[in-house]
Amino acid sequence: MRRVKDKMIHGLFFLNGIFVVAILLGIFSLLVFTAFPAFKEINILDFLTGSIWNPDAYLEPSYGIVPMLVSTFMVTLGALVVAIPIGIGAAAYLSDVASPRVREVTKPIIEILAGIPSVVIGFLGIVLVGPFIAKVFGLSNGLNAINGSILLAVMALPTIISMSEDALTSVPSNYEQASLALGATKWQTVIKVKIPAALSGIIAACMLGMGRAVGETMTVLMATGCAPAMPKGFLDSVRTMTSTIAIELGEVAYNSTHYYALFAVGLVLFIITFIINMTSDIILHKYEKVHR
Amino acid sequence: MQGTAMKNEKFLNATSIFRSQATTQTSSKSVRGESASPVKKNIKIKVESFNFYYGNTWALKNIQIAIKENNVVGIIGPSGCGKSTFLRCINRMNDIIKNTRAEGFIYIDGKNIYEKDQDVVTLRRDVGMVFQKSNPFPKSVFENVAYGLRINGVKDQRVIAQKVEKSLKDAAIWDEVKDRLSDSPFSLSGGQQQRLCIARALAIEPRILLLDEPASALDPIATSKVEELIHQLKKEYTIIIVTHNMQQAARVSDFSAFFMMGELIEYDATSKIFTNPSNKITEDYVTGRFG
Repeated sequence: MRRVKDKMIHGLFFLNGIFVVAILLGIFSLLVFTAFPAFKEINILDFLTGSIWNPDAYLEPSYGIVPMLVSTFMVTLGALVVAIPIGIGAAAYLSDVASPRVREVTKPIIEILAGIPSVVIGFLGIVLVGPFIAKVFGLSNGLNAINGSILLAVMALPTIISMSEDALTSVPSNYEQASLALGATKWQTVIKVKIPAALSGIIAACMLGMGRAVGETMTVLMATGCAPAMPKGFLDSVRTMTSTIAIELGEVAYNSTHYYALFAVGLVLFIITFIINMTSDIILHKYEKVHR
Repeated sequence: MQGTAMKNEKFLNATSIFRSQATTQTSSKSVRGESASPVKKNIKIKVESFNFYYGNTWALKNIQIAIKENNVVGIIGPSGCGKSTFLRCINRMNDIIKNTRAEGFIYIDGKNIYEKDQDVVTLRRDVGMVFQKSNPFPKSVFENVAYGLRINGVKDQRVIAQKVEKSLKDAAIWDEVKDRLSDSPFSLSGGQQQRLCIARALAIEPRILLLDEPASALDPIATSKVEELIHQLKKEYTIIIVTHNMQQAARVSDFSAFFMMGELIEYDATSKIFTNPSNKITEDYVTGRFG
């Protein structure tokens, strides 16, 4: 009797695990099969290397995704440049400087920040960050790559801070003691011992923050201006892969080449985020091994 | 009956080890009991009416002790008697524990280290410490030893390389690691890791070395290497070693301090503590009647 029950429970959990994998494979195959017809008409090389995205052109529609790849890359990079120093600094503050009381109050607040709907952040980008950027750089409007970077940084920060703080806190305290006993200051200990010891955890945190930034749609859609042209700099309006899909998929003719092409963009995006998440997972596991 | 006989034998063993060591000692320092009383000349550490509290727990009670330069002082006593606490007071490592309080005076070279203007960072550069559990950093063997130099602002790579080599030699581990300087210290054995930690402490040339049960996690061979090392090091350093192994205290120390329940029960030449202690409790402890 007990063995039957055991087996049933075993099977149940096995089914749960399989279910998640099945969903993942389902999404992947949906993307692949829907994207595939696009390449009957579009040369895959043109698709990956073309610099003009203009599916509605009257004579010769072109489907080059390079402008959106560059846009996504710029916005993500900008977000990381802003978020990583602030995130690590905040994590170091929380784990080593803040009193336990401050930490108890601050950490949940930072984690709540992760729950703010992206549309609200996009809204702030339009009414707050945009005008500020326009004023500082003397532009007609502030809806550009920098705006998107700042907002994505805000969205990636909770992940980066919270996970980096966990990594720093789990550094064995005897490293810290050894360093202090050698006459290191608290700062030297944090920078030269604790952060290097927690580095793989911190890198994984940044990668996850990056995954969030790459996949984020609503915020960049609202705050970056969405010009499909190839961006020339951070003050240009950009349109990322996510916003392109969000803008165009609702109005595209069903089963047209354009429709399939959007799925192909989605497939590329899926592969990029998949690689980022895989990499951060591998780094995290390596980290667990190093710390016994 | 048999039990006491065995314990007595153990005790005799310990003392005989001590005696053989004492006779080979060529140092001119007297090992008579009288020299333990504070003498103005070459007193390195002087502790006066020192108290320490963890919250409401009175962990160290009115400690008085004077430690002379280039001596090895063994601190013995049952678990929880405050010996590690006392050791960590000498380089103020207890400062990092929340809710603790120190009262009284610890003079190092005549200066009270609990004075308000004392910089703990400089204090800890002068008073090195080796912990019970070896704790090398997750950096290479070389970088572990170089760490103390780098945080002290030494930039010249040649100077760093020389000092690292010297420290590793002083810690008697150079021959074992000279080909593995860029390896992870976690690939070394426990005893090697502990000697690496000693090398790391020596690199910044402290004046005093605090050892907190440095051999308690080591096998007998590694232990004897560490003890040998302590003998070598006392030429240049004043060493205070906490140990719960009485044979070890008898083997390595010139003076011994017996702590119990936060009080310093007896402090005297090691020969006297182990052969003819003046206090009954000390005698019971060193002969193994409790603890």
